[in-house]
Amino acid sequence: MDSLKFVAASVLLGSLLAGTAFAQSPTYGVGRTPTPDELRRMDISISPDGHELPPGRGTVKEGAQVFIQKACIGCHGAGGVGGLAPNLVSKKSGDNVWKQDRVLPLRAPYATIVWDFIHRGMPLGLEGTLTPDEVYSVTAYLLFLNKVIPEDMVLDQKNLPKVKMPIGDEYGKPPPEFKLNTPRLEGYPY
Amino acid sequence: MDSEQKSRRALLKTGAALAGGITLGAVGKANAQSANPPTPTSENASPMIHGSKELIEYGQRSKYVTSVRIAHPLGGRPSPDVFGKVFHVASPLQDSVGVITPSSLHYIATTRGSFMPDIDPKLHTLTLHGEVDRPLTLTMDDLKRFPSVTRLHFIECAGNRHNGKQRTVQETHGMTSCSEWTGVLLSTLLKECGLKSSAKWFVAEGAEEVKGASSIPIVKGMDDCLIAYGQNGEALRPQQGFPLRIMVPGFEGIYHTKYLRRIKVTNQFYMNYNEFGHLTREDKELALGERIGPKSVITYPSGTQRLPGPGFYEISGLAWSGGGAVKTVEVSTDGGKKWNRAEFKNTPQRMAHVRFAYPWKWDGTETVIMSRTTDDIGQRQALREEIAEWWKVPFERDYRVPGLDNSVMPWKISKDGSVTNGLA
Repeated sequence: MDSLKFVAASVLLGSLLAGTAFAQSPTYGVGRTPTPDELRRMDISISPDGHELPPGRGTVKEGAQVFIQKACIGCHGAGGVGGLAPNLVSKKSGDNVWKQDRVLPLRAPYATIVWDFIHRGMPLGLEGTLTPDEVYSVTAYLLFLNKVIPEDMVLDQKNLPKVKMPIGDEYGKPPPEFKLNTPRLEGYPY
Repeated sequence: MDSEQKSRRALLKTGAALAGGITLGAVGKANAQSANPPTPTSENASPMIHGSKELIEYGQRSKYVTSVRIAHPLGGRPSPDVFGKVFHVASPLQDSVGVITPSSLHYIATTRGSFMPDIDPKLHTLTLHGEVDRPLTLTMDDLKRFPSVTRLHFIECAGNRHNGKQRTVQETHGMTSCSEWTGVLLSTLLKECGLKSSAKWFVAEGAEEVKGASSIPIVKGMDDCLIAYGQNGEALRPQQGFPLRIMVPGFEGIYHTKYLRRIKVTNQFYMNYNEFGHLTREDKELALGERIGPKSVITYPSGTQRLPGPGFYEISGLAWSGGGAVKTVEVSTDGGKKWNRAEFKNTPQRMAHVRFAYPWKWDGTETVIMSRTTDDIGQRQALREEIAEWWKVPFERDYRVPGLDNSVMPWKISKDGSVTNGLA
């Protein structure tokens, strides 16, 4: 072992003993290893299968309360319509989903997107302050207003990914496989 | 200008330092009485811009250069809106020269209309995690220690569509811009982390209030994605993602996550809010909605400009492609009957604007000018009529090109030299 490697190994060992994992990148030796707890707090991306969803539950009724208490109503309007911020309820709910307004919950193929967006981006200026239960309940409220779930449904981390969205199961696929240096669409001359 | 004014200017130029405490009126009067006026060649006809702390520290353009960005008229929302958010802002291509868009004039689009975060770079970090062997958190200082690359790349918004209602090239095509970007290749960082074989996609997430995120194929990430901290020789502008953004060369603008704080490598496609916006019924349209097709537009002469009269003009424009480097550009000055090879003003580079030009003698008759381009992977820019034919739909005036609109843009030149939208 050359002296540089020995120093690096000693520093690494010392860091581990001290309880802080300062493992660095192998080639350039730059940066640090985030702790599992940091990663848990940071990782707000919810996959279609919802495996990252935190435990929690919420009802439509609770959601209606949270919508008022957390001032969602101030921007989005009573019942999610008529405010300065985007409408949250389609005016044409029940019609063909492709003809409906591009309202947040409706054309999404996974209910997890609704949860994910409220969790990461709302309320304006106080993002990240809603508890998981509050996010489940507001999600339930908005899905109910858009006639996606019944009024008595209790949403939790297990049943949210299984909610049938109006768009159906056919959509939400990734774009066609990306291949380097190939035209966008095979057979498309332009 | 009378002689008193002239001589006063000359004195101001040559004698200001000497004049010291003498009042301007006194100087002018004294000079007017001089029997030995300065020769015309020594005259400076323009007033002087006085040096100031601001001008020494960070320069600014001439007050006579007034080219500005505009809130994109078809952006769907005003910018700024009632909350102070900015959604879509278009670059003044009609005034552009060369290929670099000045950072101050780079087009802007935000994730569904978001605020611009005021990020302290000392506190900003990028974390890479997910389907990797070694998650990594990097400060801005850390990132600058990695080997860097500097590349010219365009970014174009998916909403950069032209139609007959728009008047200027800023309105038709202003949602594209090109800069020199400096940073670290994402592949350099992912190799440090060690990709697992399960890695198929990655999610790039920003730090703005809605934490805009996009899913990008890992194949693209390992090819040419760039974690950029520099733009046109300086740090990124806040409107372009200060202190860090990802460049996904050739993909539509929304993938180029600004305020980049996290890369999550995943084993499946994550449908983020951004992807929800890409949903379409047609698989083929989906395929045409990820990468920018080969595209070009004439920026001079263009809509609302006016040719002063018949004679020589250098038709000039921009061409680019999300598939690679631009290979050829052709210009037609007779409504598409004859196409002539344009020349390049710079060497075409992958996923970058190239400036093309075609020398033209206008005879004063009414005509339509347009350009079309091909790229080095064999794609070509088509007329709307051709695209409609391929999709087997009747061509109408307001035909909407499926996917991203990279169709040919015609400009009509009237007898009086006025230039208008050829789609109108």
